[in-house]
Amino acid sequence: MQRVMLVLLLLAALGLPLLMQRLDLVYYTSFASRVMIYALAAGSLNLMLGYGGMISFGHAAFVGVGTYTAGILIIEGLPAALIGWPLAMLIGGLLALAIGAMSLRTRGVYFIMITLAFAQMIYYLTISMKAYGGDEGLSLPGRSTLPWLDLKDDATFYYVVLAILCLSQLLLTRLVGSRFGRVIEAIRENETRMEAIGYPTRRFKLVCFVIAGAFGGLAGALLANHGNYVNPSILHWTQSGNLMIMVILGGVGFRYGGLIGALVLLGLEEFIANHKLAWIAELYPKYQEHALLGVGIILLVIVLYAPQGIAGLFSRRKNG
Amino acid sequence: MSGILILEQSLNGLQFGLMLFLLAAGLTLVFGIMDMINLAHGSIYMVGAFLAASLVQATGSFTLGVALAIPATAIIGMLLEVSILRRLYTRDHLSQVLATFALILISNEVVRMIWGSDMALATPAALSGPVELLPGLFYPAYRLLVIGVGLAVAGLLYLIVAKTRIGMRVRAGASNREMATAMGVDIKRLFTLVFGFGAALCAVAGAMLGPIFAVQVGMGDNILILAFVVIVIGGIGSIRGALIGSILVGLVDTFGRAFLPALLRELLPPQFASALGTALASILIYVLMAAVLFWKPQGLFPARG
Repeated sequence: MQRVMLVLLLLAALGLPLLMQRLDLVYYTSFASRVMIYALAAGSLNLMLGYGGMISFGHAAFVGVGTYTAGILIIEGLPAALIGWPLAMLIGGLLALAIGAMSLRTRGVYFIMITLAFAQMIYYLTISMKAYGGDEGLSLPGRSTLPWLDLKDDATFYYVVLAILCLSQLLLTRLVGSRFGRVIEAIRENETRMEAIGYPTRRFKLVCFVIAGAFGGLAGALLANHGNYVNPSILHWTQSGNLMIMVILGGVGFRYGGLIGALVLLGLEEFIANHKLAWIAELYPKYQEHALLGVGIILLVIVLYAPQGIAGLFSRRKNG
Repeated sequence: MSGILILEQSLNGLQFGLMLFLLAAGLTLVFGIMDMINLAHGSIYMVGAFLAASLVQATGSFTLGVALAIPATAIIGMLLEVSILRRLYTRDHLSQVLATFALILISNEVVRMIWGSDMALATPAALSGPVELLPGLFYPAYRLLVIGVGLAVAGLLYLIVAKTRIGMRVRAGASNREMATAMGVDIKRLFTLVFGFGAALCAVAGAMLGPIFAVQVGMGDNILILAFVVIVIGGIGSIRGALIGSILVGLVDTFGRAFLPALLRELLPPQFASALGTALASILIYVLMAAVLFWKPQGLFPARG
């Protein structure tokens, strides 16, 4: 059942740019690319948070570092994606190694706070890079380049992002199903026991943290290309919160949690901003300026009443 | 000259630190007693500032407006606690972070709906000029008032927490909640009270800082993180830790911004020095926090023995 759904979804994703071109709604091709990039970012956070149980409040740092890596390379005249994007992953991973090595000494609230503090450091360091726009950010002269493909074309860019998302999702699924994934989940459930059995728990968590950071960096590189600009607001702590919202909306520790969450959150924002609903407009005419109010209320209701997220609702129905 | 500059910056740091303390005190009690991460604390600070600005406008008097805003914010805080936050105490930290993050989004938009994106809150005319503290040292009178209010509230808080029965219960709750409940403390009611008190402190900070910073939507988002840094440095649940932590953070941040760029200019070529100086100054407090956590993972003054 799930496999059939997946194939259908993939077919729909493959056909989307053609359909949108036919309907004269090419904007939605670009929108779908954005959703997929955020799905990648939220998916990487889900690996750390959902499977590893590490509540990192600093994921925006990895995404942001990836954004700036790709962006700076483009500005400095080195737009090759085959260099820039892996480098963004590498730098995201290295940053995660540094932050993780220090943060994973702490637990609970302190871990949340120290990851937040490190992300804030990266945020302020980025703001002080006057050469690359400081707190204003910078527009990029163009997208990265790939051999044979023209990424400037939104449809081509869409397919590249789709391919990367599918590959990453496949990798993530394999990883979670592997021995490593089982150990990570077991550590989440009972770290003391795993330590007593003899697993080097902190090292396992660190590897998980680094992988998540690397994929965050990759998502960041794609994000810089998507919007053609780099901006420090991508590193603000509220962005880490947004990524967390996506993971929670989708379902913590569910395979497609990140994807569902990104789709629902961005889709919701898009819907509120661009489609006026008459019955709400009658109550409050300017409601569309306050899209985040709706997001906040929905998030609050989900956290209070459906802590398993959207994927959780479905999986429970299947079991019951 | 340089001595006067240092003195002036010390006063600035003290003033900022004391205002941070007002925020951190409420936050650390909520955190310490209920083991609850409340990101919405910054939103209460924002609501307090907006209430103060509109009440000052309505009454035409700074003192009266602020005095009315404080109980109003306390009531809003208690309503929030009874209606939503109370459900989160037994949940994990992740749920608390997300639910209160949702509250940030909601309150930002609600404030924008009611008051717009920003409001004017001017320094009272009588205090707008500088005062000559020492020969050659002119200091804005309003900032002196802020320091005075901060010290007075900190003193009052100390008296309440250290000398009264309610304060004793709060301390008992912070160091061991189960034991306090077993000894007959009504933690639930106590906590609503503490929360309202924390909200009142937020309103004081919001109203006092309003004329210095801007009263605008999202003003709580950044200062909230600083307040968290303070309580993590000071030790979660400890009022004394919050006081020392906030003054430390206030001084380090102010001194870093004032002197670090100049200091680096002595050591490095100027083109690196100014960029590096501002960058280092803005991350200094986070470095401080990471260092404290590294050597004292429970903070400087852990409330739980």
